[in-house]
Amino acid sequence: MLIDPHVHMISRTTDDYQAMKDAGVVAIIEPAFWLGQPRTEVGTFKDYFSTLIGWERFRASQFGIKHYCTIGLNSKEANQEKLADQVMEILPLFIMKEGVVGVGEIGYDDQTAAEDKYFRLQLDLAREANLPVQIHTPHRDKKRGTSRSMDACMDQGLDPDWVLIDHNNEETVKEVLERGFWAAFTIYPNTKMGNERMVEIVKEYGSERIMVNSAADWGVSDPLAVYKTACLMKERGIPESDIRKVVYQNALSFFSKSGQMKEEDWLNAQPIDQSQKFSGSTILRGGQTPRIDSSIIIK
Amino acid sequence: MKVIYQTDLEKAAFFLQKLISKKFKDADTWILNYKLKFKSSTAHKDLYMAFGLAGRAAGKELLMPDEQEMRMAGELRKGFSINGWTTDRALRVLLLLIFPHTDFEYYKNSINTLFSSADLNELVALYSALPLLPNPEEFTDRAAEGVRSNIGDVFDAVVFNNPYPADYLDEGAWNQMVLKTLFVGKRLDKIIGLDKRANPRLSRMLSDLAHERWAASREVSPELWRAVGPYIDKEIIKDLERVFKDSDPVQQKAAALACSACSLPKAKELLNERKDLLRAIENNELNWENLMKPGSVLS
Repeated sequence: MLIDPHVHMISRTTDDYQAMKDAGVVAIIEPAFWLGQPRTEVGTFKDYFSTLIGWERFRASQFGIKHYCTIGLNSKEANQEKLADQVMEILPLFIMKEGVVGVGEIGYDDQTAAEDKYFRLQLDLAREANLPVQIHTPHRDKKRGTSRSMDACMDQGLDPDWVLIDHNNEETVKEVLERGFWAAFTIYPNTKMGNERMVEIVKEYGSERIMVNSAADWGVSDPLAVYKTACLMKERGIPESDIRKVVYQNALSFFSKSGQMKEEDWLNAQPIDQSQKFSGSTILRGGQTPRIDSSIIIK
Repeated sequence: MKVIYQTDLEKAAFFLQKLISKKFKDADTWILNYKLKFKSSTAHKDLYMAFGLAGRAAGKELLMPDEQEMRMAGELRKGFSINGWTTDRALRVLLLLIFPHTDFEYYKNSINTLFSSADLNELVALYSALPLLPNPEEFTDRAAEGVRSNIGDVFDAVVFNNPYPADYLDEGAWNQMVLKTLFVGKRLDKIIGLDKRANPRLSRMLSDLAHERWAASREVSPELWRAVGPYIDKEIIKDLERVFKDSDPVQQKAAALACSACSLPKAKELLNERKDLLRAIENNELNWENLMKPGSVLS
């Protein structure tokens, strides 16, 4: 069983859901993010959040995958302050919904003053709502940005055990773990982290408070990244118990702090309900053999 | 503005509260707390919060009403049913009943916000509440929107065991609802008011649907003819002739039942050719309720 704790399914096809299911993914967490271009109206944020807790959750269920999400104002769009204020106003409407397992993904992008302001406001919101936080670390000036993200959490009085720092690399992981935060790694072609490098990190740092995700979205990315990393870890002799932690248990332990995610959710799940299928616009068109191209290991 | 009521809101809320208390022991305190909060000028915010939290508070256990409770539901509002309801669903419906509606615009806006930011279970509750809400005609667009939903549980909540559509949907929306139910392969027998709302335009649409399916060599549900019956005309009677000749006895019975609901001489003629079915209908051994149940009708 696998959990992908960071994947933007809204931009993926049903083939991906099918392949993930066949690879053993039982649950996923979809953090709220931007849509590739900036939104201009608060209404589109609202509809996006509604999609995450509505249609996307339903779509996943049709493939036997439990879908959870984190809700938040992402760092890129925090820079449009007028709009950001409006988004902050609707966030309380969504963060207490069922299946919302945290506030996320929030943090820094360019590390501007506006980003800092809304990041901290949302950290306060998470603390008040007793929800875990999923933090996006910047691509540029990453090492400093990651340290700064953790400083902000401490400033706002959060317990590091309730904060997941995402998109780590060899340069950032040590500090994150030492300071008591959780560390996630995004396996991406070209940028971020590769499968092989990930194996090396688990060899060096062990399996405590570490997890792997695909962060798959509308860009070049791999929704089977968690599965492939698990396979590679096995091939490279990492003990099963450590693999299980990194690709399953740690994500469950962390996000279940929200009270909105339990192992029983998928262990006792009803079989995929065929009556939910709609012939007019069904998402299951049945019968296709999923493609799992396991030869593509990202170096 | 004069308020139109479908039920005594206080009695209905009391009835639901008693059922909820059996599964959620702190229900009385929880509900009282929100009754008090709803008196403030920012009541809408408390409603949004309560609506989201209802799932965590009450849980999702089935209410399992006994026969008397089922009967009481129908007495509160004709056709109202709580069969298959979970505790959180009942609690959410109750919240809408106790939320003040003296300022109706405020009430309506608050409910519309709930609709537009609802997750799956919340949508199910919202549509289940339609037959109880004050000023029901203000929510017809919402009901039509629910019928358009491709999420199975949401569609079912509007369409099945719900007296609201038959009472308030206009002819166009009603006809779409019946057509879509057949189109997605679901049964018509749980639609309340199906016979009452039969109309010539629907008969034509259903006849066209039957022709479309015959042309594609697909099965036509015998139930389709139920809504056609009272408005069989000189064209549609040719369809019934064809159905009488179907090799499936259930189809033949459906044709007989449809003809028995219509005064066209040709329909009487066709029915007279099947004296066995005519007698069964006259003795009430054959009716639409038992048509689809295997073994319950003489073969």
